[in-house]
Formats: sequence, structure tokens, C-alpha cells
Amino acid sequence: MGPDAAMPETAPGAPSAAAITARRLVGRLAFYTFVVVVGAFFALPMLWLAFAPFDAHPTLAAHPPTEFTLGNFPDLLKNPYALPSLLNSLVLSLATMALVVATAAPAAYALSRVRIPGRDVLLYVLLLFSSVVSGTAAMVPIFLLVFELGLINTQAGVVLVLAGGLIPAGIFMLKDFVDSMPTSYEESARVFGASPFQILRDIVLPHARPGLAVIGVWVFVNVWSNFLIPFILTRDPGKMPAAVVIYNFYSEGGQANLRLISSFGLLYSIPVVVLYLVVNRRYGFRFYGGLKG
Amino acid sequence: MSPREAETPAPPLPASAPPEAGATALRTRGAVAFIAPALALVAVFLIFPALWTLYLGLTDYRLTGIQAANPQFIGLDNYAAALGDPRFGNSLWVTLVYVFGSAVIGQLGLGFTLAWIFRGWRGASRTVLEILVIVAWIIPSSVVAFLWIAFLDTHDGTLNAVLGNADVPWLFSWPLLSIIVFNTWRGTAFSMLLCGGALSTLPPSHLETARLAGASSWQQLRDIVLPSIRGHLLTNLLLISLWTFNDFSPYLITAGGPNFGTETLPIYIFRNALTNFQLGYGAAISAILLVINLVIALVYLRVLRKRN
Amino acid sequence: MADLEIRGLTRVFPGGVRALDNLDLHIRDGEFFALLGPSGCGKTTLLRSIAGLERPDAGQILIGGRDVTRLPPGARDLAMVFQDYALYPHMTVAENIAYPLKIRRVGRKDRRQTAESVGASLQIKGGMLDRRPGQLSGGQQQRVALARAIAYRPRVFLFDEPLSNLDARLRLEARTFLKQLQRDLGVTTVYVTHDQAEALALADRMAVMERGHIRQLDTPSNCFLRPANTFVASFIGSTPMNLLSATVRDGGCDVAGQRLALPEIVRGQVQSGEAVVLGMRPEYADVSLVEVPEGLSGPVRVLENLGVDSLVTIEIGDLRVQATTPEDCVPALGDRVWLVPDQRRLLVYRADDGERIAVGPAAPFAETTVDAGSL
Repeated sequence: MGPDAAMPETAPGAPSAAAITARRLVGRLAFYTFVVVVGAFFALPMLWLAFAPFDAHPTLAAHPPTEFTLGNFPDLLKNPYALPSLLNSLVLSLATMALVVATAAPAAYALSRVRIPGRDVLLYVLLLFSSVVSGTAAMVPIFLLVFELGLINTQAGVVLVLAGGLIPAGIFMLKDFVDSMPTSYEESARVFGASPFQILRDIVLPHARPGLAVIGVWVFVNVWSNFLIPFILTRDPGKMPAAVVIYNFYSEGGQANLRLISSFGLLYSIPVVVLYLVVNRRYGFRFYGGLKG
Repeated sequence: MSPREAETPAPPLPASAPPEAGATALRTRGAVAFIAPALALVAVFLIFPALWTLYLGLTDYRLTGIQAANPQFIGLDNYAAALGDPRFGNSLWVTLVYVFGSAVIGQLGLGFTLAWIFRGWRGASRTVLEILVIVAWIIPSSVVAFLWIAFLDTHDGTLNAVLGNADVPWLFSWPLLSIIVFNTWRGTAFSMLLCGGALSTLPPSHLETARLAGASSWQQLRDIVLPSIRGHLLTNLLLISLWTFNDFSPYLITAGGPNFGTETLPIYIFRNALTNFQLGYGAAISAILLVINLVIALVYLRVLRKRN
Repeated sequence: MADLEIRGLTRVFPGGVRALDNLDLHIRDGEFFALLGPSGCGKTTLLRSIAGLERPDAGQILIGGRDVTRLPPGARDLAMVFQDYALYPHMTVAENIAYPLKIRRVGRKDRRQTAESVGASLQIKGGMLDRRPGQLSGGQQQRVALARAIAYRPRVFLFDEPLSNLDARLRLEARTFLKQLQRDLGVTTVYVTHDQAEALALADRMAVMERGHIRQLDTPSNCFLRPANTFVASFIGSTPMNLLSATVRDGGCDVAGQRLALPEIVRGQVQSGEAVVLGMRPEYADVSLVEVPEGLSGPVRVLENLGVDSLVTIEIGDLRVQATTPEDCVPALGDRVWLVPDQRRLLVYRADDGERIAVGPAAPFAETTVDAGSL
């Protein structure tokens, strides 16, 4: 970085070569110190998750396993809630993903391609509400609504609420994808006599596949990690997803079972980290992943 | 846009509407059918709750007792009660400090700095650092919360070990600072990625021109980079402020304590509405949070519109 | 094969812009017809209306005598080649070419066969058929788009600026190829372009459009030699025509304070004192270094080498007039020169409406064909 070549002639009043070298040395030193400190800041809290799951007697301290074992993972089976909660998380994530993709995709397509009266107002209202109404700000009516609908303590209640929150952003992202597809693709097919269904099947869907994949993963990661909504809407520990169950493991009184928490925490974290890295590599998830939150 | 409207079938086109022509064979009627399911879900589970919050905040609704069966309209009493409750004032203050500390200074400050030093720096150490920051953001928050409980533990915590067995009870003595640092750790990646994207839109010729004129790194940053990506930075700032205002995850570490020291507005709402079941009062506080969100969101949309 | 008739076609965009204004047009069977005009003139709207992608607000479109105005695009029996080719990135070249046949429920084997035979006639063969469009060069993609249109065996071809995404050299090759192809197939073709050289080179007849109206409907050579109005005059020609304001006086006219003779045919149709515009192509004037009594005179201000000849910009009074000179008699910068228009090719337009004077029965000169390729 920076111009390395020595200047053949220095402007009058410019610092001497030695002063420049010294300044650069100090700058480098400050730069590396900063990088090391920031690296440590991000790495140290994570170390525990890397070591403790493989330690036969983990403590809260992060250190290489004193007695290496893989036994913590089979032991998860002994806990009645651990593995079923992962299954719950999977069901919630997949169901919400299916619902969001199935409703947001046609909506995004229509909003991108057809000049519906009031379209811009609709888009503005959607954008506004989706950023204003968070799960936290609306937890009271969400709780009451799901309660009145008789969906408290059901997966369906959680799925519907999460889907309602994610659909607007999903529509915007998918609309970007459809907007980027030349209209001539569909027009050309129409001139050749393709029906609307054929156009969707042969041209639009194959073209939108990366977009659908990105949205799908984005929804999955969001739901998989979401704590608040299942936390307020489920009461029965057998129906809780991993996000809530792991919280119960460490928030309930008594000595926390660190073998359970560490191995379960790792198992619960790996899928989203892997998903993110894979999708990031394939589709350049960076920005879209950014809407996690 | 009432929920009722979204559920009724598509209204017939006004006769004067010009014939629809476009890329697809979809006409307005078909388009409405395409949009309706998404709109219905959003109307029922997003828009309706927001409007209901405003109404509930004006009642003494509770989940148990007489008020559950027959809630009374009590006007602005809930808001008066909130203003009279020192815990509400405390909660608002805690939230502001939390947002300013973790979003504005922590995430945006650190995120931009990282994006700036990553620009034009290739190599393994950069990749490792970048992945660390991103993984911190990807790990589910209920796991991250426990990682920080462990990291900050008084006796065994890694932080105290690094500081030479200091045995500082971080979560007890410095609770607000602790959750600010925790949220910085967890959320910096977003700002880093967004700032990195903004910096990459800057034409290299702009910086090269400045360098030829002899501008230092700092001068380039101040005179060229910051003014050019001001819009991106502002967008980013508004988004992360919005999210941090509504962030529930400090609850996972401190549950609002000790002594309400980390009781942000979301936690205050949760405790009043869903622990003590004062739904009307909780809804009134929620309405205040919604208004805060609305202000930030309106500014955000204005900035977006200006940028386009 | 079919002819194409447009009757009173009108399209008003939301906001009131009349993209097509009560337009009539007849395109003959087998004709190569070009729609030429600046962007926003309505040529693309007309093409898309013929395709059925735009719905006209009024008027009729008939293909082979059948009214198709209300028919969906797919029922009109025409094929369109888009500016961006609209090749589907997720299909192979062969699948792209055969996609129209798939819609017509032609079997897989026959589709492949057609793709191969049509492809071969356009030099798309061998491994290319199984590649994706993204792996092809621009020229190859353009040929695949053509092949797809041909495989459909339509009654009318519609081209929307199909050559504009190619670089200059390739565009000339593709132009020649396209002209020959259309001759061989004999399919009625409507070709939209904003490039006047392309229209002149390709078309049997052409329409020059402006703001939803046809300003001239004629053969390329007539459009070039006898533009009907100053709009067409300024639009056609690779070196722009000089349009000089003049006033008629005593059988001649005043141009920037100098005298110039008027073509004989016009003299009877203008009155003394009338304001006119003289249209003079740079190619149709002689530049003389010695004084010529009937010429406009002034110093040379700019010299541009065009290869075979040079373009000279001469300052005449407050006007700047351009003319070409052959390579053997190029004046020097600052030289005083005399400009003598070719009287047979000097065009005179009314200053008020820009229409040409003397469109009478007597042609001012014999029909000449112009080789557009050399323009």
C-alpha cells in the first residue's frame, strides 16, 4: 500500500527521506497493532465454542481440551429437548422459507412487470412498514393475535408471524432480480406464441433461480437464528426451536451443564455458518445477507 | 391499506383505464392475484399488529382479571403512567446509550475502519480477519449471548485471563458497557460489508488524482472518500440504529439487570406486557418505540430517494 | 409470405405523448422495409405494435389481409429479433434456436434437426450448438438470434436494431449477410434502426419518422437525393447536409450577404422576398481556389481528412458551410475559396414548414442509384 518508489525530487519544505521512513515505520507498527487487537477481539470469544465441545470437563475458560472427547455429542441424545429442538428449528425454517418464497416470488414478479395503479405507493408502504414494525415493537399484538387465532404454542403461529415480517424485504430483493432480467426475454417468447405459464416455467423461473436460492437461504438463516418470536409464542419445551432451548439451558437456575451447552451450541451454529459461506461463494451473498437482522 | 382490503377479491378495473401493455401476458387482474397472498400475510401479521398496538395502548387491557374480559378505554393514561415511571426514563436512556455506543460508535466506526484498511489489502491475514468478523455476525444470537457470558465471566472468563486474572465482574460492574461491546462484536460485519461495498464504488481515478496532488491518506479520506460515500454511510447508520433500537438480545445475557442497568426499551416492554401481563401499558410503550422507528425509517426512505 | 398494412394507428402514452399519430403504411410482400428515425420518434412503438407487444389506442394492423390488431403476439405468425438478442442464458444455443418449435410442440428429435440445419446455414455448427449464449461472441449471438427467428418460419420478420450491439467492422459484415439472407428467404421484413447508413444499405423502401409521423416514405436513394423536408435532409447522410437560410430575390437568392443562383425548376414557384432554406450536401458542391462569379466565397476554417476526400469547413458571412474536396485539390487552412453548388442537386425548402419546393411532376434530375455502402 502507498507509494513505495522514492521521489526523485522533493518539493521545497517537504520532510526529509529519513523522517518519511520513520513516520512510515510508526504507521506500520500502529497498523499491525490495530489488526492484532481487532483480530483478538473477534477471535477470543469464539475460542470457547471451538474448544469446549471437545472437552470432557469444560469450564467457562477458553483453553484447548484438557481431555479430548467426542462424547459430548452422543450425550446430547440424553437430553429430551436438545435434538428435537433442532428438528423444530429445521421445520420452522423450511416452512417459513417455503411460505415466503411462494408468496414473495409471484408478488415480486407482478410488481416488477405490470404497471398496477398505486404500485409505487404500495411499495413505499411495504418498505415503510417492514422497517418500522419489528417483532419487539409489535410483540404485544402479535402475542394477542396468535393467541386469538388459537395458534399459541404451535409451529404455524411462529411461521406465519415470521413470514409476515420477512415477505416485504423478500419482495424487494426478488424484485431487484426480476428487474435485472431484460423484458425482451419474455417478449421474445410471447412473439413465438408461448403462454404465460410456459413463459414462467421456461424462462422466468430458470432465470430467477439464483435469486430464489438467495432469498431461501436468507429466510432460513433468519428463522434459524430468531429467538424472540418463538420465545414469546411457544410455551411447551417440546415445541421450542434450538434458539429458545439453548437459552433455557443456560438461563435456568442451578449449575449450567457446559458439556451440553457447548456441544449443542456448536451443532446449532454450524448449519448457518456453512450455509452462509457456501452461498456467499456461489452467489455473492454479501449484501443480501446484510438484511439479516 | 387495511387488512380487509387485501383479502377482498381484486377490484374491477375502472373502464377508463388504458389497455395494459407490458412485457408479460399478465394483466392487472392477474397481477393482483399474484400479489394478494403476500399482501394478505403482510397485512395480517405485520401491518395489523402495528395498528392494533396503537389502539391497545389506549386501553387498560390485561391478560388476567376483569380487564381481560372487558378492557376499558383509558385514553392517554398509559402514556402519563409511562412518563411518571422512572424505570421508563431509565429504559429510554439505556436504549439511547446502547444505540449510540454499539451502533454508531461500535459497529459503524469499527466497520468503516475495517473496510478502509481492507481496501487494496489482499492476503491470508486479511481473509482470516474478515471471516472472523462475519462468523461473529452469523452465529445465532442465543449462542453468541452465552459465548459472551463465558468470555466475561468473573473467575473463568477469557477476558479476565487475558488481563492477568483480574477477576473483574464485568456483567455486574459494567453491564451497559458489556452489552455495548457484545453488540459491537455481533454486528460490525454488516457495516464492514456495506462500507466495503460503498468504497468499491469509488472510481480509483478519484483517489489517484488526489494522490498525484500529494494528499495524505487522511486527506484523501476526509476530502474525497467520506463526501462521496456519505449517502451510503447515512443509510447504514439509520438501518443499524433502527435494528439496535429494537434489539432484544441483551435480554439473553443480562435479562435487563442488574438493577435495570441494561433494561432497554424492548426488554422493558417484554417485562411489562408478557411477564406482568399489563398488555395495555406494554402496548403504549411499544407505540412509543414504533414512533421512534417511524422517524428513523422516514429519514431513511428520504435518504434512499435522494440517492436514487 | 404476407404484406403488412397499418391503418390509422395511434398510440398515446400515459402522460399524453403521441408515440404514433394516426399512422398509415403499407409494406409489400417480401419487401425489406426500414423504419428510420431518432430515438423517441415512434419507430420502436410501431414495431412493437406490429408484434402485439404494445396495444394501439386506435387503428388497425393487417398481416396478409387478416386483421391482427386484437390478436396476442403468438398468434400473428411473426418472429422478432431484439436489440439484445434475448437469448436465454440458461438454454444451449440449440435449445434457444428450437425454443419456438418447442412451443409448437415439435418433438425433441425434429427440434434438434431443425436447429442443426438452420444453424448450419448461418455458420452455427459443431460444438457451438451445445454451448451457452454467454460463451459466444457478439456476432455469433446475433446469428443465433437470427437462426431462432428463421426456425420459426414466420410470415414477417421484425428486427429491432439487431446490429447496434456489434462493433463497427462486424456490423458491416453482418449487414451484408442480413441483406443477402433476406433476399434468399424472401420474407417480408420490418427493420428498425436509428442508423441512416444501415437503412439506406438494407432497405427496399424506408420510412423516416419523427414524433409519431412518417416524414418521408420512399426508396433509400430518393430519401438521400431528394429529402422531402429539412428534417429528413438533416437526418440522412453521413456528413450532414448544409441547410442555409436564404432570401429569394430577382430569380436568385441572398445567402449571408452573397448571391447564389436558384435551380431553374424552383424559380417559378417562389416569390421575391420569400424566405427559403437551401439544402446542399457537402458531396454536391465544388470547392474552387480561383474566383468563380456564381460561387459563395469565404476562408477555410477547418480541414478534416475523410480518407478518399477531405471535408472543408468554410466560413461564409456568419454561416459555416461544409463541402468535400477530392484528395488532389485540398485547400490550405485560411485559404479563400469559392463554393459552387451542383445546381441539379441543390434543394430548396420553404422556411416556414420545411417542406421541399418543386415536388412537381418534372423530376429535377434522372433517377440515380446511390451506393449506400460508400457513404
